[in-house]
Amino acid sequence: MNADTPFVIAGYARRGRRWLGRDRSARFAVILLAVISVVCFLAPLTAPHDPNFQPDIVKLRNAPPSVEYPMGNDQASRDVLSRLLYGGRLSLTVALLATLVSVTVGTAYGAAAGYATGFVSTILERILDALLAIPRLLLLIVIFAARRDMPIGGFILILGVTGWYALARLVRGQVLALKAQDFVASAKALGATRMRILTRHILPNVVSPVIVAAMLGLGHVIVLEAGLSWLGIGVRSPDASWGNMIQDGSASLDQMATSWWIAFFPGIAIVLTVVAFNVLGDALLKALSPRQSGIE
Amino acid sequence: MAAFFVRRVLQGIVVVALVATIVFLLIHAAPGDPFAAAMEDPSITESVRQTWRHAYGLDRPIGEQYLRYVANVFRGDLGFSISRQRPVVSALADALPNTLLLMTLGLIGGFALGISVAVVQVRHRGKALDRILGGVSLAFFAVPDFWLALLVLVSLTSWLHFPIGGAVDPVMYDFLTPWGRFVDRVRHLFLPALTLSLLYFPIIARHQRASLMEVLPSEYITTARAKGVDERTLIRHHAMRNALLPVITILGVAFPALLTGAVFIEKVFSWPGMGFLIVSSIQGRDYPLLTAAVILGAVFVVVGSLLADALYRLLDPRLRDER
Amino acid sequence: MTEPLLSVENLRTYFHGAAAVAKSVDGVSFVVNAGETVGIVGESGCGKSVTALSILRLIQPPGRIESGSRILFEGKDLVSLDDAGMRHVRGNRISMIFQEPMSALNPVFTVGDQVAEVARVHGTGSRKDAWNRAVEMLTLTGIPSPGERAKQYPHQLSGGMRQRVLIAMALMMNPALVIADEPTTALDVTIQAQILELLLDLQKRLGTSILMITHDLGVVAETATRVLVMYGGEIVEEASVRTLFDAAHHPYTEGLMNAMPQISDSRERLNVIPGTVPPPTAWPTGCRFRDRCPYSWERCEREHPPLYQISEGHTSRCHLAVEPERRAHPHLPLVEQTGAIL
Repeated sequence: MNADTPFVIAGYARRGRRWLGRDRSARFAVILLAVISVVCFLAPLTAPHDPNFQPDIVKLRNAPPSVEYPMGNDQASRDVLSRLLYGGRLSLTVALLATLVSVTVGTAYGAAAGYATGFVSTILERILDALLAIPRLLLLIVIFAARRDMPIGGFILILGVTGWYALARLVRGQVLALKAQDFVASAKALGATRMRILTRHILPNVVSPVIVAAMLGLGHVIVLEAGLSWLGIGVRSPDASWGNMIQDGSASLDQMATSWWIAFFPGIAIVLTVVAFNVLGDALLKALSPRQSGIE
Repeated sequence: MAAFFVRRVLQGIVVVALVATIVFLLIHAAPGDPFAAAMEDPSITESVRQTWRHAYGLDRPIGEQYLRYVANVFRGDLGFSISRQRPVVSALADALPNTLLLMTLGLIGGFALGISVAVVQVRHRGKALDRILGGVSLAFFAVPDFWLALLVLVSLTSWLHFPIGGAVDPVMYDFLTPWGRFVDRVRHLFLPALTLSLLYFPIIARHQRASLMEVLPSEYITTARAKGVDERTLIRHHAMRNALLPVITILGVAFPALLTGAVFIEKVFSWPGMGFLIVSSIQGRDYPLLTAAVILGAVFVVVGSLLADALYRLLDPRLRDER
Repeated sequence: MTEPLLSVENLRTYFHGAAAVAKSVDGVSFVVNAGETVGIVGESGCGKSVTALSILRLIQPPGRIESGSRILFEGKDLVSLDDAGMRHVRGNRISMIFQEPMSALNPVFTVGDQVAEVARVHGTGSRKDAWNRAVEMLTLTGIPSPGERAKQYPHQLSGGMRQRVLIAMALMMNPALVIADEPTTALDVTIQAQILELLLDLQKRLGTSILMITHDLGVVAETATRVLVMYGGEIVEEASVRTLFDAAHHPYTEGLMNAMPQISDSRERLNVIPGTVPPPTAWPTGCRFRDRCPYSWERCEREHPPLYQISEGHTSRCHLAVEPERRAHPHLPLVEQTGAIL
C-alpha cells in the first residue's frame, strides 16, 4: 500500500462502472449476485419464518409448497425458504472467507516464488507442483472425516488453505513475465529495492487475473462446501447450508421423488449463484484482457 | 521421445513422494487425535483405543511413523482397511477398474458431446443458437455434481426404468447369459456415465469453441475457402485438426478431476468404484484407505499430464521434430 | 470487342464495426480480359487485397459487399450467386494465390494433400487421381522431387517452394482467372524473380488471366499489361503499363514512381510521399489524396473527382485533367504545412 493506491482503486472503479454499462451479461450477473447476496445476508429480515422452527412435525412433515411456506416444508416440517435464505448466508460467507484466505496465501506465495531466483525459486516451484497434484476434494474428505469436531472457523481456514495453489501458479507466472519487462529494469536502475518493485510495480498488474481467478474460485468453493455438507462432513445440522439441505432432501429415492422441493430449491440456488460468479468472472476476464500485456 | 519420458517419470516420482509426505503431515500433525472422534462412542474403552493406537503405530514418535509410512508406500503396502477387513491395496484394486471404466465412458461422452456442441455453435456463430447452447453449457458447468446425479437418478429411473444403482444386478447377474450380462452392465453404466458426460461437456465445448474461433480467421482457412471447400468441411476437417490440440490438454486436467468428480456420482449411483470406497470409509474412519486414495489421486495427476503432453507432441507435427 | 472475362462494377465492400464503418473498397470498377495480366497497385490500406477477396466472396462478417456492387464472370453475377454456385467458382474457375505462403498453408496437412484437395473438391476422380494430378502440378511449378515433397509438411519447405505449392494449388483445375495477392512480397528478391518468371511462363502456356495485386511497381512493370492504381478505396488511375511508366497522370502515381529507389540515383535520401493513408472509417471529403498532394487546391476539397479520360485506355481521378495548368504550381502538401498527423 502506498500513496498511489487510492488513485489506482478509483481508476478501477471508474473503468468498472463504464464497463458494466456496456456489457450485458456482466450487468445481469452483477444484478443476480446483488439480489442473492442482499436477500441472503439479510435473512433475519427477509426470511418469513425461523429456519429451525418445527411448527408441526406431524401435519407439515414433507409438506408441498403452499402460500405460507412457498418452498414447502422439509422432513422436520421446517420452512424450506427460510432455511434456503439462512443457508445462503452461511454458504456465501464460508465461500467468501475461504476464498479470501486462498487469495491472500496464493498471491503471497506466487509473488515470492515468481520474484525469487535460483534455488529458492525452484524449490518453491516444485512444492507448488506437488501441492497441485493433490486432489482437493479427496484431501478435504480425508481431513474432515478425521476431524469431525471441526469448528466453522477451522472449516473455512482449511477450505482456504487447500485452494490457493492454482492461484499461486497464476501469480507466479504473472510475476515472472512482468519481472522481465522494461519498467522493472528501469525501476531497478533507479535504485528501487526488491520489495518496493514487487509491491509498487508488479503486484498492481497482478490484481486483474487474481480477481478473475477469485470469482471463478468462489463458485468452486460453494459447490465444494455443498458437496462436503451433503456428505455430512461440512456444515452440520441443525445449521442450514445449501449442501446439507440437499442431504435432508435426498435421504431416500422415495423421498426425492415425492418431496422433491426439499432438495430441488437449494440446488437451483447453487446453480444460479455459481453461474452468476462464472459469468462475472468471464466478463471481467474479457474486460481486463487487453490490458494484460501492459502497464495501466 | 525417450529422454522426455524418463525425465517426466523421475519428476513424477518426486512429486508423488512430496504428496505422500504432505498427506501424512496433514493427518498426523493436525491438532487432535485421529481417534478423538471415537470419543463420541462411549462403548469404545480406553484399552481398545490403546490397541488401535498401537496397531496404527500412533504411539511411536512422529518421525519414526513417517519413515515406516514412506517405506511401506514404496513397498506397495498401503495398510489394512478396517472397514473392508482386507488390505487396502486389494480393496483399491477391485474398485479402481470400476472407476476407470466409468471415467473413460464419461470422458468419451463429455468430449463427444462437448465437441459436437462447439461445432454447432461455431457453424451458427453469433446467432441465437450459439448463445442458447452457450447458456446451457454455463448452467451445466455451474451445477453441483451430486445434485445433478440425484436429478438424473430420480427422473430417469422412474421414467425410463433404469436400474437405481450398483454395477450389476445383485440377484440375477450370475444367471444371465454373457449377452445378458453385457446388457445388464450397460444398463447400470448408462446413468452415471451420462451424468459425467453432462458435467464434462461444458468445459470441453467452451474450449473447443474458443479454439475453433481462434483458428477460423487463419489464412489457411481462407485458402481452403478459396479452393471451394464448404463451411462444414472447413470447420470439421481443416479447423478442427488445428483446434483440437488445446482441447486434448484438457485430458491431462480431466484425469485427477474425474477421480474426485466421480466420488459423488459413485455414491449416488452406488457404483462400486474408488469414490464409493472413499465415501463409505468416512463412516468407518478408515484412514489407511483414505490416505492411499489421495496418493493414488496424485499419481493420476502425474500420469495424466504426462499422457497429455505426449499426445500433444504426437498430434502436432511441428513439435515432433523438436528435441 | 469480345466480352471481358471479369467485369467488376461499382464494388463497395464495407466493414461494419461497432464504432464506425470502414469503407475499404468504395466504388471500384474494372475489367479483366481473357489472357491479360492486370496489375492493381497501391499502398497497404488502399483496399486492393479487400478487392481481391471480394471477387471470390471471401469477406467475412463484419465485412460485407454492399448492394449495388456487381461482379460479372462467365455470365453470372458473383455477388448474388448462391453458396453452392460460389463454391463451384472458387479454386475451379477463379483461384487465388496468397501473400504469406507459410500461414496460407495448413501446418498439419501434407503439401500434396492440400494441393490434391482442390481436385477432390471439384473433380470426380479418385483420391489417387487427385494426388497424381497434384504431383503433376508440383512438377509444373518447378519443384524438385515432387513425389517426395508432396508428402512433406509446409514447415519442411523453403519459402520459395511454398509459394510454388500455392501456385500449383491455384492452377490445379486450370482456372480462367488467377488472382495473385502480393505473391512475392514475403520472398527474397532472387526468389521473387523466379516466381514471377514462373507465373508468366505458366500464363503463356495455359492462357490464364492474372490479376496481380502488389505494392511493388517493379513487379507490375515486369508482369502486367494494364495497371490500376488504387488509393483510398478507389481507383485513381488506369493505364497500360507503358503509358503509366512513361506518362503517369495522377499525383499519387507520380509519388509512387518517385519513391522507387534507383541505383543510378545520386541522391542520399529516399523520396517519400509525405503523410500516411487516412483511415477507411473516415475518408476525407473531396479528393482523398489532397492532403498529401503537392498540387491540390480548393476545388480538390470541395469536389470529389470522377475518373477523367486522359487518352485512349488512360483514366485518372484528378482535377488536373481539367485544370492542367495547376501542375506548374506545386506547393508543400497540406500534411506537412499544418504538421498534422494523419
